[in-house]
Amino acid sequence: MKIKLLFSGIAANCLVVAAGAMLTPASEAQTSNSLRSAESFQSISDERARSVALFEEAGKVIQHPRCVNCHPATERPLQGMAMHLHQPPVFRGEGGMGLVGMQCNTCHSEQNTPVIGQADTLKSIPGNPAWHLAPIEMAWEGKTLGQICVQLKDPKRNGDKTMEEIVEHMAHDDLVGWGWQPGDGREPVPGTQEEFGKLIQAWVNTGAACPSS
Amino acid sequence: MVTFTLNGEQRTFDGDPDTPLLWVIRDFEKLTGTKYGCGVAQCGACTVHLDGMPRRSCITPIAMIDGSDVVTIEGISGKEAEAVQAAWKGLDVPQCGYCQSGQIMSAVALLQILPKPTDDEIDGAMAGNLCRCATYHRIRAAIHNAAKSMEG
Ligand code: FES
Ligand code: FES
Repeated sequence: MKIKLLFSGIAANCLVVAAGAMLTPASEAQTSNSLRSAESFQSISDERARSVALFEEAGKVIQHPRCVNCHPATERPLQGMAMHLHQPPVFRGEGGMGLVGMQCNTCHSEQNTPVIGQADTLKSIPGNPAWHLAPIEMAWEGKTLGQICVQLKDPKRNGDKTMEEIVEHMAHDDLVGWGWQPGDGREPVPGTQEEFGKLIQAWVNTGAACPSS
Repeated sequence: MVTFTLNGEQRTFDGDPDTPLLWVIRDFEKLTGTKYGCGVAQCGACTVHLDGMPRRSCITPIAMIDGSDVVTIEGISGKEAEAVQAAWKGLDVPQCGYCQSGQIMSAVALLQILPKPTDDEIDGAMAGNLCRCATYHRIRAAIHNAAKSMEG
């Protein structure tokens, strides 16, 4: 009897899942870990609205903890999907490389490094040749996507970059690219860097409009 | 095969390239002054100097140090190391002692870069070295004493 109930329970669950899948329109049937292609926004005829929509899609990457954790608003980087303060306690320091005697490279290497012989909760230490924090004027922590958008276009807060340089940075910078290759045990940012770069390029091409919030 | 210098002597290691440097130092080289505390870069007990800079050996794969210079607590030398040793003895810094080789490696590295560190600079450099006996106040005082002893 119990077994029968169990089976009918599973069957009922399957039905719900199947119905859910059927009811989801194809355009929304993407996982949280994918990005819509830049071309798919052509259907939005109003250019400004299209630009905003493109940036909102790119925002799935920009506002992901993998990116925001190293764009902190304080002297402390953040860690993990919960975005808690980095442990051990480290601070920005010169060039975002940490304080004297406790620089990023005291622990971080040029590549993601497997953690050996430990509990499964920490599988790797993240790394990249350019591992460092974004400067304070590029802080994203605690900001809305609209605020980040305006900031990205402001040469005083974007490292004095032209919009073409922003596109290049987003599409090809190796440390930005780490977000898609964050090492074992870490959730990557959605999509691919190529797709992300195309979204940013299309956003710039459509006038780089910003979300209102 | 990884070749590196350990406390001034050339060494090789041809085991698994992912083997942490800490394991090589302790288990293969039998230098047990460097301690295992957490294994995940959280405590600082395993601190060594890698090409002159402090480095957590527990999360440093041996393959990474090919051609590098590693110094452990057994091999540390120079005026900063001597000043730190004297200051540590002078204030009887250690309690149980477990964290202390890591503390000393971090303190010596700090003094090599900043010969007269402020309280804030000491706190910043030592923030990754935990001491479960809470000898932090003596560590800070001893670093100041070591700095003073190196003046002039
Ligand atoms: S054992 Fe390496 S930091 Fe704790
Ligand atoms: S002296 Fe005991 S852990 Fe530091």
